Amino acid sequence: MSNDGQPAQDPLIDETQEEQRRSAAARLFDIRRVIGGLFVAYGIIVTLIGIFDSRAEIDKAEGVRINLWAGLAMLVFGLLMLLWQWLRPAEPPTPNEHQPGA
Amino acid sequence: MDGDGLRLNMNGLDYLILALYFVTVLGVGFAARRAIRTSVDFFLSGRSLPAWVTGLAFVSANLGALEIIGMAANGAQYGVMTVHYYWIGAVPAMVFLGIVMMPFYYGSKVRSVPEYLRLRFNRPTHLLNALSFAVAQVLIAGVNLYALALVMQALLGWPLWTAIVVGAAIVLAYITIGGLSGAIYNEVLQFFVILAGLIPVTVIGLVKVGGWNGLMDAVADTKLGEAGLHAWQDTGSTANPLGAHWIGIVFGLGFVLSFGYWTTNFAEVQRALSAKNMSAARRTPIIAAYPKLFIPLVTVIPGLVALVTVKGLGAESGDLQYNNAIPLLMRDLLPNGVLGVAVTGLLASFMAGMAANVSGFNTVFTYDIWQAYIRRDRSDEYYLRVGRWATVAAVVIGIGTAFIAAGFSNIMNYIQALFSVFNAPLFATFIIGMFWKRMTALAGFWSLLLGTLVSLSLYLLYKGGVVDFNSDLEESFWGAGLAFATAVVVAAIITPLTSPKRDEELRGLVYGMGGVDLKGDVLAGDAVWYRSPVLLGLIAVALAALFYIPVF
Repeated sequence: MSNDGQPAQDPLIDETQEEQRRSAAARLFDIRRVIGGLFVAYGIIVTLIGIFDSRAEIDKAEGVRINLWAGLAMLVFGLLMLLWQWLRPAEPPTPNEHQPGA
Repeated sequence: MDGDGLRLNMNGLDYLILALYFVTVLGVGFAARRAIRTSVDFFLSGRSLPAWVTGLAFVSANLGALEIIGMAANGAQYGVMTVHYYWIGAVPAMVFLGIVMMPFYYGSKVRSVPEYLRLRFNRPTHLLNALSFAVAQVLIAGVNLYALALVMQALLGWPLWTAIVVGAAIVLAYITIGGLSGAIYNEVLQFFVILAGLIPVTVIGLVKVGGWNGLMDAVADTKLGEAGLHAWQDTGSTANPLGAHWIGIVFGLGFVLSFGYWTTNFAEVQRALSAKNMSAARRTPIIAAYPKLFIPLVTVIPGLVALVTVKGLGAESGDLQYNNAIPLLMRDLLPNGVLGVAVTGLLASFMAGMAANVSGFNTVFTYDIWQAYIRRDRSDEYYLRVGRWATVAAVVIGIGTAFIAAGFSNIMNYIQALFSVFNAPLFATFIIGMFWKRMTALAGFWSLLLGTLVSLSLYLLYKGGVVDFNSDLEESFWGAGLAFATAVVVAAIITPLTSPKRDEELRGLVYGMGGVDLKGDVLAGDAVWYRSPVLLGLIAVALAALFYIPVF
């Protein structure tokens, strides 16, 4: 697509664009840690429930040890999220003309 | 069956799982607070988020309780044809938004969808859209609240009011404090919790009916019969479960309704506007299209399982309504533990839907109504405060509108009716305005207004019994189609009679006028081929077509 000049200007938009310099968005935390943490907690709780499931509970779920499987799956998923964050931490915000001070 | 028929046997551990979720959601809201200093931080997450986050939030914003409960209900009522809502009724529009429309939205730096109309057309068009959007959002937020309250009342025995107030208070807290970042981060979390809740129901349901083949055989023996197993086969006439001709499905659902919803609904588009650069913004709806392809597995399949296994499902009232398909399966199949996760997932889906409406509303109210027409030229801090108060107002009004929703039998149809009124004419106005530079400001205004009035009148005539349709669904196809056609005709008639905008005013807003830079802010990693919006989009559409083959 052609790139001859800037998009049309508008005072209201320019006003908020100006404020971008003060943006604190770079201080936002990484959501992967929260997802990982919650799912590890769920995984541990549900896996433990699954280990101690009685016959009645297994029968209710059509003979599937669903708590055990679901618990382990959530545990693995949570750990993978944490591992992903650990291996590929969030990129630091790139300095550009909109956020010189950020 | 007595009034406690749906009551789940939740124990302390199930409530622990639910409580952990509430604490986490509120924690995310509080933790996002430190990243808010300006109004753009509050309303658009400072335009800083990576594509996978905005993409999952995009799909989650649509994954409200209505969607899940409604689509499982449709699965039980209409069978496999329900997949049309996903594969033709969502994916193509999401891809179109990312590839074609996002460069204009993101590139012009508009802060909302109505704001695009202000720049492209004029202030009356803008005000009309801002007001109708604001009204629609609080109505839909109310529908979400009502759906949640019903489910909580039936499943947990909570009084209607307690459920409404607890749900509303949590959403209110995390958006008022954490702004859009709070909403989006929670949507990403909710996306995974919803899946964690639905997958066990689906898996055990399939085990119970003997796998996929067992399910197909069993469905053929129900009142849906063989027709319930095919998406397209009987669409040469309207003699199919959905009562829809293929022309209606392709143009009504696949084009007008779906493009209207996905490409102009700010509650969705807002997620993409918060992405950190053009590439991430374009990939947002396309990344969302991939989970969307698979969601019918955990909504339509449970619906079909419920049809097969729950005797008497499909009652007009009481516990055996189609809307209770998923709750009934949870009651019958899930032991404590995964039951807690499933209930948490349902609650999460309600919150995701309502939070999207509320965060869309507060942005449009602040930037498009308050700043543009009521109090101009105040400090950024002032608008940030207005946004927080608008959030409170939206939630309070949402509680009120929750009771409007009580009058409709199938919540999904109610929501479709609303979309056909507000979104179809809007999409027509957008798409003509984006591609026809000659279209004038006045033409934009009248297209939008008359289109909206046409679909609104048709809806009211239908409800009043003057005009007759086979189903609410058929009415919304027609309402959307007529509104679209009206907008096109009006634009074609008024444009030649009025004077167009100057070329430099349209730069970055209209196709072929320049001013759109697809590569300027690109990050080093975004240039790789597997992050190309066009390639990712085409693969998503191809998959949607392929998925139809086994259920043709």
